[in-house]
Amino acid sequence: MKYLPTARLDRFLEDAAKLRKIYVPVDGEQNRAAYRLWMPGTVVSKALNTTRSAKDFFFPQTENLVGFRRTEKKLEIVDPRRETEDFAVFGVRACDARSFSILDKVFLSDPADTYYANRRAHGLVLSVSCRRPAETCFCTAFGIDPSAPEGDVTFTDDGEGYYVRANSEKGEAFLESLSGVFDEADEAGEKEARAQTKRIADRLPLGTLPLEKFGGGKTKDLFDRPEWSSLSESCIGCGTCTFVCPTCQCYDIRDFDTGREVRRFRCWDSCMYSDFTKMAGGNPRLTQKERFRQRFMHKLVYFPENNGGEFGCVGCGRCLRACPIGMNIVKVLKTLAEDGNES
Amino acid sequence: MQERLKARARELLGDGVVTRVLGWKKGEFSYDITPAVFESAEELERDFVFDGFCGANLSKYLIQEASKPGKGKILVFLKPCDSYSYGELLKEHRIAKENVYAVGIPCEGMADADRIRARGIDGILGIEHEGEDFLVHTLYGDERVSVKEALAERCLSCKSKRHASCDELIGEEGEDVPDDVRFTEVARLEAMTPEERFEFWRGELSRCVRCNACRNVCPACSCENCVFDNPASGISQKAAADPFEENMYHIIRAFHVAGRCTDCGECSRVCPEHIPLHLLNRKFIKDIDELYGAYRAGESEDGKNPLVSYTEGDVEPSVVNERGRA
Ligand code: SF4
Ligand code: SF4
Ligand code: SF4
Ligand code: SF4
Repeated sequence: MKYLPTARLDRFLEDAAKLRKIYVPVDGEQNRAAYRLWMPGTVVSKALNTTRSAKDFFFPQTENLVGFRRTEKKLEIVDPRRETEDFAVFGVRACDARSFSILDKVFLSDPADTYYANRRAHGLVLSVSCRRPAETCFCTAFGIDPSAPEGDVTFTDDGEGYYVRANSEKGEAFLESLSGVFDEADEAGEKEARAQTKRIADRLPLGTLPLEKFGGGKTKDLFDRPEWSSLSESCIGCGTCTFVCPTCQCYDIRDFDTGREVRRFRCWDSCMYSDFTKMAGGNPRLTQKERFRQRFMHKLVYFPENNGGEFGCVGCGRCLRACPIGMNIVKVLKTLAEDGNES
Repeated sequence: MQERLKARARELLGDGVVTRVLGWKKGEFSYDITPAVFESAEELERDFVFDGFCGANLSKYLIQEASKPGKGKILVFLKPCDSYSYGELLKEHRIAKENVYAVGIPCEGMADADRIRARGIDGILGIEHEGEDFLVHTLYGDERVSVKEALAERCLSCKSKRHASCDELIGEEGEDVPDDVRFTEVARLEAMTPEERFEFWRGELSRCVRCNACRNVCPACSCENCVFDNPASGISQKAAADPFEENMYHIIRAFHVAGRCTDCGECSRVCPEHIPLHLLNRKFIKDIDELYGAYRAGESEDGKNPLVSYTEGDVEPSVVNERGRA
């Protein structure tokens, strides 16, 4: 077990930055934190979480997939993929760390998405435990432990430093090459730091949620519930919830004609948008109610149905803070878990 | 005040003047309030809320709610700033006025939970109003913050406590607020060199995730199909691929709402990236005031906005050169 006093965090980052690019959360205005490339002098944010999630590292908002160029009578196909450099992301919380395994289930299942796979192969996740969860955090409801995040290396925060533990071969090798900055420590300290976080996590107001009525096989019970109308009535269909969400994974593919070539790119899409399911024959989701229902049914029913019961939400609480009209997955869950016709 | 609004809503529902009430519904915490339609006294009793966190402007919902066939009249509660949005929508014939019963309500300013969080207060479980202060219960103990410190930016620079276009008022009618701070930030940007100003906006706009919250919440953005959503427009985008596209969306939006934006502040309220979008619109408002004389969008349902009417006294386009590049 290794230990890194907070005072030595900078030295750790400096040494790590010599091995690979390293991204850390930094503060912006009004409590906003965002991941930035670490450079000497960069101050690591103390914020609980970043405004945008960490999924951007593996599933960026826009990305070119392929290009087509016509020369004379020939069509040339351009592969824009470059070998991604090795990089590391420091400061990933347990919720976001779990979101990667959810995204993996989508993008790495056969046939694997090679763009995503490439970034995953080159990325190293350095997660940090939470010491001050927010009222909007409900990772624990989905069985995620904020005191012991997943990731290649886990940093357990005890307020004065971090107990550092590798969880993968990649993480192991990374720590090996940096061994000079760490102290040796025993596991008791890590255990105590975890217990401190757990004591707070146990008091989270949304820490346990009535999930019994959700999960695989519940489509019939939930799809036609009348409450969808009132839940969705003030949704403005902005898609903010889907863009800040670490597990939202839908994208659109379009072509852009630059004049010299056609670039086929993908960019995040949102089930909350009116053209999301538009197809040649029309659009099966005509009103915001159907679009709204899709987002929550996907996370709470369809995803678990197709993925061994795992829910498609990690309880990071970003949508709770960002939604312009204060609607969110927790309200949906609680409303649908109430009364309703038991069938 | 909440009880007065509820009582009036019950009365109007009971008398059959309206069939529905558009108001605010309480959430999990004190700050996550949701606009909602109430159809019965029981629903009002259970969920209706009006307090210092009801920032959401209800006027845009009327486009849809007042056009539901056979649904009758809907009661809407409008804070002063919301009433200007309503007035502007009436002027643009976007709302069937005969289906709306608009009740103006007084407003002392609305708080923004992020301003409380910005003071280092986190884990907010509940917020109580105590005189000049908010008593904030958190996971980590109780904290106190003055109401003023928690107010949203738009409330600190409120333009008026006087309502536009309401059928009825609850409480005393207020007065215009002098514009002494409303344009301070715009003036600061005007004083910058063009390069500095470009840098400022690039810094802000580079954070945009193109979630469209600013557009979708905006009462002046009421097109049925926005150019940015319409593949046939040639500029539809779901994400901004580069700085040019980031700027373009915002420039087009700002120009399109110029002369119609009432400065309700919803765009900046909802932006998850805290981009001060209101400054773009306020620059237009300031320019219109300076070039065409004081004008307030939404103040009246009739008349024309100076950008779409012609008078002989209108400034010539060359004013741009005279004013320099500010
Ligand atoms: S649905 Fe909300 S709480 Fe759940 S993972 Fe997405 S943003 Fe986080
Ligand atoms: S949801 Fe859980 S893991 Fe995520 S920031 Fe909050 S406490 Fe930490
Ligand atoms: S739920 Fe909220 S954030 Fe999501 S689309 Fe609707 S209004 Fe926007
Ligand atoms: S609300 Fe903010 S992030 Fe969303 S599109 Fe508007 S400016 Fe961009």
